[in-house]
Order: sequence, then C-alpha cells, then structure tokens
Amino acid sequence: MNLTLKIWRQKDSNAKGQMVDYKVTDISEHMSFLEMMDVLNEQLVNTGEEPVAFDHDCREGICGMCSLYINGEAHGPDRGVTTCQLHMRMFKDGDTITIEPWRAAAFPVIKDLVVDRTSFERIQQAGGYISVNTSGNTQDANAIPISKHAADEAMDAATCIGCGACVATCKNSSAMLFVGAKVSQYALLPQGQVEATDRVMNMVKQMDLEGFGNCTNTGACEIECPKGISLENIARMNREFLKATIKG
Amino acid sequence: MALDSKVPKGPIKDKWTDYKNKINLVNPANKRHIDVIVVGTGLAGGSAAATLAELGYNVKAFAYQDSPRRAHSIAAQGGINAAKNYQGDGDSTYRLFYDTVKGGDYRSREANVYRLAEVSANIIDQCVAQGVPFARDYGGLLDNRSFGGVLVSRTFYAKGQTGQQLLLGAYSAMNRQIARGKIEMFNRHEMLDVVVVDGKARGIIARNLITGEIERHSAHAVVIASGGYGNVYFLSTNAMGSNATAAWKIHKKGAYFANPCFTQIHPTCIPRSGDYQSKLTLMSESLRNDGRIWVPKNMEDVMAIREGRKKPTDLSEDERDYYLERRYPAFGNLVPRDVASRAAKERCDAGYGVNATGEAVYLDFASAIERYGKEQAKIHNIDNPTEAKIYELGKGIVEAKYGNLFQMYEKIVDEDPYKTPMMIYPATHYTMGGVWVDYNLMTTIPGCYCIGEANFSDHGANRLGASALMQGLADGYFVLPYTIGDYLADDIRTGKIPTNSKEFEEAEKAVTDRINFFINNNGTKSVDHFHKRLGKVMWDKVGMARNEQGLKEAMAEIKQIREEFWKDVKVPGNANEMNPELEKAGRVADFLELGELFAKDALMREESCGGHFREESVEESGEQKGEAKRNDKDFAFVAAWEYKGEPADAVLHKEELEFKDIELKQRSYK
Ligand SMILES: Cc1cc2nc3c(=O)[nH]c(=O)nc-3n(C[C@H](O)[C@H](O)[C@H](O)COP(=O)(O)OP(=O)(O)OC[C@H]3O[C@@H](n4cnc5c(N)ncnc54)[C@H](O)[C@@H]3O)c2cc1C
Ligand code: SF4
Ligand code: FES
Repeated sequence: MNLTLKIWRQKDSNAKGQMVDYKVTDISEHMSFLEMMDVLNEQLVNTGEEPVAFDHDCREGICGMCSLYINGEAHGPDRGVTTCQLHMRMFKDGDTITIEPWRAAAFPVIKDLVVDRTSFERIQQAGGYISVNTSGNTQDANAIPISKHAADEAMDAATCIGCGACVATCKNSSAMLFVGAKVSQYALLPQGQVEATDRVMNMVKQMDLEGFGNCTNTGACEIECPKGISLENIARMNREFLKATIKG
Repeated sequence: MALDSKVPKGPIKDKWTDYKNKINLVNPANKRHIDVIVVGTGLAGGSAAATLAELGYNVKAFAYQDSPRRAHSIAAQGGINAAKNYQGDGDSTYRLFYDTVKGGDYRSREANVYRLAEVSANIIDQCVAQGVPFARDYGGLLDNRSFGGVLVSRTFYAKGQTGQQLLLGAYSAMNRQIARGKIEMFNRHEMLDVVVVDGKARGIIARNLITGEIERHSAHAVVIASGGYGNVYFLSTNAMGSNATAAWKIHKKGAYFANPCFTQIHPTCIPRSGDYQSKLTLMSESLRNDGRIWVPKNMEDVMAIREGRKKPTDLSEDERDYYLERRYPAFGNLVPRDVASRAAKERCDAGYGVNATGEAVYLDFASAIERYGKEQAKIHNIDNPTEAKIYELGKGIVEAKYGNLFQMYEKIVDEDPYKTPMMIYPATHYTMGGVWVDYNLMTTIPGCYCIGEANFSDHGANRLGASALMQGLADGYFVLPYTIGDYLADDIRTGKIPTNSKEFEEAEKAVTDRINFFINNNGTKSVDHFHKRLGKVMWDKVGMARNEQGLKEAMAEIKQIREEFWKDVKVPGNANEMNPELEKAGRVADFLELGELFAKDALMREESCGGHFREESVEESGEQKGEAKRNDKDFAFVAAWEYKGEPADAVLHKEELEFKDIELKQRSYK
C-alpha cells in the first residue's frame, strides 16, 4: 500500500517543531509500524535527508521504549499493543497517518518523536522499592506464603512497562495509572506492607512535583494502556493514600 | 600471557565457601573512597550496581536506553532456574550443576558452574524479598515449570514475563541506591572505549546520546555487563540496540574473547516473513512444556497446506510426524535447544516446512488444551463435559500460563494459536561466547570485569533454558560483589583517578576521530545495508550447520564487507546531537570485526559440540547416527582469542578444561 505520513519534526528540545509530510510506497500489510518507519528512514538516508528519530528497542512490546502518538491515539488504533506491535494491516492503501510524540509537560521532546521520560524514573526513586538488602541473607522464599489470588493481582499491576501512554492519552496528563500500578504491586504483597505509608506519600509527592496533572476519572488511560493496567489500581492507590494521610 | 583461571583448590563443593573466607575485604569506611563503573543495567549490571552501592562503593552505571528498566533482560519470558527442590522431584545443587555442564556439552568450567548452582537458591529468596511476583500455586507456595534438557521441574516464573519482573526487582534495588546518591545513573549514554592506565582499567569514554557530548569517567574498576552479540546476525531475538561494542572495545584493549562461535539458535521463534523484517520474536521454550512439535508425514499434505488447500487441523494424528518424540523418546519435545533446532532444520531441509518459505514447523497446543480441560472438569466435578466445555476449561489454563505469548503471536502473525497450531522456526537468540573471565569474573585486563551474557560464562557450547537469568543475577548479586573486593582492597589509598591523564586524552581522541570519520565519510550506502549483508553471510555460512569451505568463504566475505563499509558508509546528521544512525554505525563497525573472528573460531573448532555443528563431525553409525560428534581429545578447551589488529590475525590461547566431578560422556537425549 501507499501512504502519506504527517510526522512531527523537531531538531532538539529548544527548537520549534512542525509537521512534515512524507510519502512511502509498497508497504506490506505484514510489516510492523516501526518497520514501515524503517522503510521511510532508509529512504531519507538515501536521499541525504535526516531520518526521523523515534524511541524503540525490544520491538516486542515489553521494554516500553516505543512511544508514538498515531492518528490521535497513543500506540495507534489497535488495542492492547505497543507501537512496535502495531501492524500495517490496521491501515489501508491511500491512508494519511499522523505521527506525533507523547505530549505532556512532564515529557519534554528531545528530538522529533523522542521524549524525555525521566520524570517516571524520579517517581520510582521516591519509593518504588522494598528496602531489603541484596545480600541474599533473606528468609527462604516459601517462608512467606502468598495467596495465588494476591500474587496474580500483584503480577497484573507489575506488568506495567512504563511507556507513558497513559499520560499521553490523558487530557490532564495525569500519571495516576502508572503510579497506581507500582503502588498496587507492593500494596498487594506482604513484603510491601512495612513501608506502605511512606511509599505512597513519597511517590505521590514526587508525581506532583514533576508536573503531572490530576486525575478526573475519564478512564482514557485504561483504554490506551498496552498492558491492560486497570483503573482499579488508581482506586487502590487512593485508598492507600487516604490510609497514609490518616496515619500521618 | 598464560591463561590462569584462578580456580581455588579443594573439593568442588567447598571451593566457593573457602574462597569467600580467605579473600581480602575492604572495610566499609574505605569503600566510600572507591568508585566502580558498571556498563549495562540488565539483570547482571543492574544487580551488580545495586549490590556494590549497597556495600558502600560509589557506583556510576550506564545504559543506552532511557531507563535501566529497559535493558533487554526485560524481554526474557520463560523463567529462571534454581535448585530449590520445592517439587521434591530429586533436584539438588549437584543435579543443577550436572545438567548445566551436560547441557553445555562439556565445554564450560566446572568450578564456575558449581558455584552458579550453589547460589541459585539464594536468588529466589532475594527476589521474593524484593517483591517479585512469581507464580504461585493454590496453597500460596511458589510454582515451577520444566525447561528443556532436564528431568526435574526447577524453573520459577512470572507468567511469560519472568525477565521483566526480575529486572524490575533489580531496578527497584537500583532506585533505592540512586535515591541514596550511591548510584549515579547515566541513561542514554553509550560506552565507546575503556581507558587503561598503568595496565589497569581506570575508566571509560562515553557518549551522551542526547547531546553527542563525549565524556570521560574514571573509576578504580570497570564492570562490563553489556549483554550478548546475537545481532551480529542482523536478525535475532535481541533488541534493536543490543550490541557488542563495549565487549569488543575491551577486547581491543587487551581482554581475550572466548568461544565466539558458541551461539544459540533457539528452536521456537516466529518465522521470518519478508525482507523488511527488523527482528525475530521468540516464543518461549516454556511452551514446549505443553506444545508438541510436528510436521506432516506425507509430502502431499505439506503441499496441500502450503497451497492453502488443507489446514493443519485437518490432519489426523497418524498423518503427523512428531519428530522430536520420534527421535528422542526420553526427552521428547523437551530436548535441549541445539538439538531441537537442528531437528527442525533437518525436517525443513528435507522439504517438510509448512509455510510458503518452507522454513516453519508446527507447535501445537491441542492435546494440552484437551488434557487440561479434562483435568479441570474433574477438579470442578463436571460429569460428562462436552467437548466445547473441555476446550473452554483447557484454554483457560493455557491462557493463564502463556497468555501474553499467545497474544504476541496473534498480533504478529494474525492467526489465533488457540485454534490453529503456531508456526515456528529457529532464530539466533543467545551468545554463550564472550569476553574471557577467570573465576573472579575478571578479564585479562586487570580491574576490568565482565558479567552476564557478555562474558563467555557458564554455559559451555549450549545454554539450557532459564539459565541465563540465573547466571546474570548470580554474577551481579552474589559473585562479583565478593570477588571485586579482593581486587579493590589494594586501592584504598589510591584516591580519585584523574581524567586529565594522557591515557584518557588518547582514548577520547580515538573515539572523537572515529565519530568524525563517520559524519564526514559521505558514502552512498546506509549502515543497515552493511549490517544486513553481514547478517546474511553469518546465517548462511556460520549458522546452524557449518563446514570448512563455508567458514573460509565467510571470513573473506566479511572482510570484504568491512572494507566496503569503511569506504562507503553514509551517516547523516551531526556528531553533536541525538543521531541514531551514528550510534548504529559504531555498533556495526564492531560487528564486522567480531563476525570474522566468530567464523575463524568456528573454523578452528573441528568438532561438533552444543550450538556449534560442523558438518564434518557427525556420528556415522550406531544409535547416535546423525547426531553431533564431539572431540574431547583435541577440543576440550576454551578458545580465548587475543586481539592483534585484523581479526584474522587473532592469536589463540587455550584454557584446558578439566572434568573432575563429572564424567565426560556423549550427550544422549534418546
Ligand atoms: C527474547 C528473549 C527471551 C529470553 N528468555 C530467557 C528466559 O526465559 N530465561 C533465561 O534464563 N534467559 C532468557 N533469555 C536470555 C537472557 O534474557 C539474557 O541472556 C540476559 O537477560 C542478559 O542479561 P545481561 O544483563 O547480561 O544483558 P542485557 O539485559 O542485555 O543488558 C545489557 C545492558 O547493557 C547496556 N549496554 C550495552 N552496550 C552498552 C554500551 N556500549 N554502553 C552503555 N551501555 C550499554 C544496555 O543499555 C543494557 O542496560 C532470553 C533472551 C531473549 C532475547
Ligand atoms: S500504566 Fe499502561 S500506559 Fe501507563 S506506563 Fe504503564 S503500561 Fe504504559
Ligand atoms: S520497542 Fe520495546 S515496547 Fe516497543
């Protein structure tokens, strides 16, 4: 198929960006979206233009690097997938596709479609861990039985890949789904209880400092999240937060 | 230089304990004055960085991604081994040790493998304490699954995302140290050289991938944990950015490179579909717990399937050839990877491949769905369940175990693997070879360590499933933090290493010159053009089956591609900005050297062992007819190559392997 691409180009974080049109031809429906981008970039290199910078690495939906806003949707039109798992069979010959970076005050553009997500890093550093030394002098793993149900639920929360689609999708640029997932993973496990109060307070505080917006329960994040992280995690975080504030 | 593996004396089961009791320690107050650089934040680097920081060293960690959590360890699916014997099926440290040495086709160092097995149980304790949500049974205890090449169930897992969960565990430990200021994290930074001062590794040159700035970083020791070099094949299950640069750069500065030809071609990956393909996707080995591999028995059915006249589900049981079960009744679908890959290639070469390219076999879950369905019906007291009910119940179990893998498959291939068997074919996956290290995990450059997939490691000529995660975490959490202390004990009075020495200056200049060369070269062909050509030579001539003539041709062809690359590569953009093409150019330049050494190593090793299969070395008769033939008399050694300029001129050093605790035997999985 032949396509028209409208792509955000921006030289660096200080430059003003703009949309630029490109044409690609002979795109196979079996290609992944990023393979289509490779075709475009090969074409640009060959004609002496600068290729489009975009983040990607594993290309199998797990590293969370890829982050394109395609036709107004984070990770594009398919559900439950990352940009790298999106396939061209979702498009048809003659389509015009708009490709933009994540847009959020807490995710400034570095170049073209690449954004800076280190705000997520700092939120994790504020409390996204259990303070146990890595010396190996811990108790036997089976000394802490955990119900299958709790373990499975913790696992569901822990599958967040930190891509930021939830933020990019939210009209308030809220990071509640991302933070809720991490808080939930630990809140659901006995190992996480000791530091539960500090954890939720510190992570939420850092989230606010980074300039993420408030949650107004529109639920768009859950729909665009490639890993199916549910809104229940936000509710759980709110409960944890409330508990923590009462405890002081 | 003679290779000294520094394996401690004494009985194998006491070596590690005795060693730990005797090494030099650095007192906590002094650790504050010692800096360590860790390149890479995967399971190996992440766990090492966190532990070293926790011990009190000042750690600087580097990754080319925008977060430590995105290292390619994140993609590991199936699980991690540990000799916990929770299933009571006869597992033990010795058995894990034995299975790993045998699985590696007797080409690994016994003492290292024993230590790995010894600390394995600790890893699971550690990870659970960190909040890693491993799968559990209904009693609330940890669950296990089986992997290839073994007869016990010792693999711990978190759905099909074990690597993700383990890495997030190590990442959380890192975050705790970053918050304390004990780790300084350099994301989006690429190490481009190591700096050796007075014979010791004392720092690195790195490029800030956002600004293009070249930076000098000094330390008292440098740890390389940069992952494997599978992308030398262009197509592999590795990430797009996975590269050999850090490992290759230290090789060029004096670290020997061991067994480059020991590479794992994994049997169960999604087949390639076209020239545009940028990577291959693994379908975890754990699927072979429940999936059965087959091709049609009759050529007419193969043709009918290829032409779309028949579907795989149309074939009855006796029209199918479950060739692994047929050839290897004892291990069946759970033979080790090298064996399963060659068997798939054998069937496809004979014309039985089931897709348009003729390079695919089936991985079928129908029997598993039925078996689980019936079991569930019993558990839930459903009498006379309908077929639909059985399917529904069985599908539920398979989904719970492998749901994310099935979803991945469906998104790529656009077929529902619950209904029709998956199509799979072998692909490059893991590199057992890598930087040579001694028992302390130190390379032949004093003060330069190498851990995780980047070293030549504990897996010999073939790695068993679920052992790489185990090795990465063992190296980082439990081994390196001890062994590095022994070395650093001499550095307590050294003080900060200055970065204005001539060694730093020269190293920086070499890096800058090379970058400027690329930017100013104005060639006519893209980096990918050369990378793809290299990959094709590697796959065709240094792939699943190798022979003398092909390997000689490969060496010449790779050299030729390399020369063209330096003449004609085109890198757009500038040096002082984010420039992905420039990053790729540097990596491919290194692959183009490594590839030739790889072929040279394969040519030298005139035996078949593990993932290295020489067509000239096959069992000619008897029960093992057609299987790989090892030659212990002449080749029971680690091949460690010393850099001498051109890869073809590399000098071979042998570390003879001694087997005192395991008898050298032919591997049989029949
Ligand atoms: C798809 C897949 C599935 C797998 N499944 C399993 C499994 O189920 N069980 C199992 O045991 N093993 C599995 N493996 C193997 C295992 O995941 C890897 O061997 C292991 O995770 C490697 O870890 P590592 O820490 O050595 O390297 P990686 O995780 O690859 O980390 C490399 C690090 O080095 C950094 N880096 C690289 N070069 C540079 C440079 N020049 N400068 C700065 N930083 C650099 C990267 O940024 C990254 O942080 C799988 C592998 C793949 C590809
Ligand atoms: S919650 Fe979902 S959308 Fe948000 S970062 Fe995690 S995986 Fe991405
Ligand atoms: S590239 Fe890793 S999730 Fe898309």
